[in-house]
Amino acid sequence: MSLPVEAVAALEAFQAVGSWEQRARMLMQWGERLPALPAEDKVDANLVQGCESLVWLVGQLHDGHWQFAASSEARMIRGLVALLLARVNGLSAAELQAVDLPDWFNQLGLSRQLSPSRSNGLNAVLQRMRALSLIQN
Amino acid sequence: MLVPSPWRADFPAIATLQRQDQTYLDNAATTQKPQALLDAISHYYANGAANVHRAQHLPGAHATQAFEDSRSKVAQWLNAGGSGQIVFTHGATSALNLLAYGLEHLFNAGDEIVVSALEHHANLLPWQQLAKRRAATLVVLPLNDDGVIDLTAAAELIGPRTRLLAVSQLSNVLGAWQPLQTLITTAKAHGALTVVDGAQGIVHGRHDVQALGCDFYVFSSHKLYGPDGVGVLFGRNEALHHLHHWQFGGEMVQQADYHSASFRPAPLGFEAGTPPIAGVIGLGASLDYLSSLDQPAVIAHEAALHEYLLRGLKARNGVRVLGSPQVALVSFVVEGVHNADLAHLLTEQGIAVRAGHHCAMPLLKAMHLSGAIRVSLALYNDSDDLERFFEALDQALDMLR
Ligand SMILES: Cc1ncc(COP(=O)(O)O)c(C=O)c1O
Repeated sequence: MSLPVEAVAALEAFQAVGSWEQRARMLMQWGERLPALPAEDKVDANLVQGCESLVWLVGQLHDGHWQFAASSEARMIRGLVALLLARVNGLSAAELQAVDLPDWFNQLGLSRQLSPSRSNGLNAVLQRMRALSLIQN
Repeated sequence: MLVPSPWRADFPAIATLQRQDQTYLDNAATTQKPQALLDAISHYYANGAANVHRAQHLPGAHATQAFEDSRSKVAQWLNAGGSGQIVFTHGATSALNLLAYGLEHLFNAGDEIVVSALEHHANLLPWQQLAKRRAATLVVLPLNDDGVIDLTAAAELIGPRTRLLAVSQLSNVLGAWQPLQTLITTAKAHGALTVVDGAQGIVHGRHDVQALGCDFYVFSSHKLYGPDGVGVLFGRNEALHHLHHWQFGGEMVQQADYHSASFRPAPLGFEAGTPPIAGVIGLGASLDYLSSLDQPAVIAHEAALHEYLLRGLKARNGVRVLGSPQVALVSFVVEGVHNADLAHLLTEQGIAVRAGHHCAMPLLKAMHLSGAIRVSLALYNDSDDLERFFEALDQALDMLR
């Protein structure tokens, strides 16, 4: 299964960074590139529970391909979510079921962001995405 | 160094953490342990574990002796004297739940349970749920701007319908001592029972439950340099008469038939099942260690560190300290910066502090904050720890602003 173009770009960018500062700056840049979520999507029903900051996630199948959109008030989690969307947007339902997201963050050098003690909410976002994909499957 | 800690080397984990480039400033959550505690637990397991209060054999006698010695040490630490009993639980949370269930029979519809706006969930939710079960009313005492319970309001709110007052001694978010004496006197004048959540207070200075005059005092061993899995409930003899048995099982029973049973009084009647034996023995060792320290020197050290922390934070642009912390910890937010982002960048730099709502969601909501960063101190911290924190904070704010 070939990687989406955005995902390839993310991999190249993050695998090149050396210091934690560079990685953090890059995360913020990716977060800033996340398209704004329309106000009507920023409702409680789309709120991901279990995050330290407010994170909204919506997703729909368009012609058999997933299209997720998200937003957060905190910049680091926004960057992490942007990297997540880079990996999953455009996948078919079957591809989304098969994708190994922890491994994706591992490849980006961000596996620690998924440790159970992290309350940043990335884990909660992954779970929510799984739930959305099951409902609409 | 400006504020060195003479006790740092007594805590082996601090050196290990330092080798991993970690600066531990989350002491209000839990503390590192003194070597004396590691030795005591290792001695207990290496020399023969046994169950307590049951066996006639020698290992059982040794374990029971050590276990009961710890009970006496806790009683001494609190200056309980003959005024009450020390019950071991599994933590402050389980002690508070024991109270909220064991005292349930005293509450009727319309009775009032008084807590304060700054309570940790552990001293809020057991009472909130008790109020629901009994159709009682939960009354919440407001705070003044310094994060201290407002005594004028309290004088109005504590009244003839008050059955019980449950308040923290020291806030785990605001770091302010609460005016317990006045609150307890007021509650007693109305015939109410009084419960003090000493989870944070016990760690700083010595407290005398007889002088406080409370009916119940609760704390967790792990915050007081002891093992986790152990909690303490002090109960005054008169108040313990009201406490019904809650959890049932071995050790707490006197006589059992298939269809009825009779139970022991406190303390054993409230310690159903095998207690955390090694943990209780370990707590005794931690208390021995703490008793061996020059207490005024510890208090002076903690005060100097706190002053250093507070001054450093206030000197930084955009930092807003919550309340007027007096000891142990400072919680803060930074204008225009999300606390989750700040926490992320401090973590990246090996600074172990806490971010979020600190198990006091209603308090944070009342302050219109989604969260805050909390730096909390212990006697082994020194000013170098705080310098590393300040450096990391400046670096993080540089990147975020
Ligand atoms: C004020 C206060 N009360 C109660 C508790 C609960 O303690 P434990 O989780 O050890 O039961 C804490 C711990 O964070 C606390 O800070």
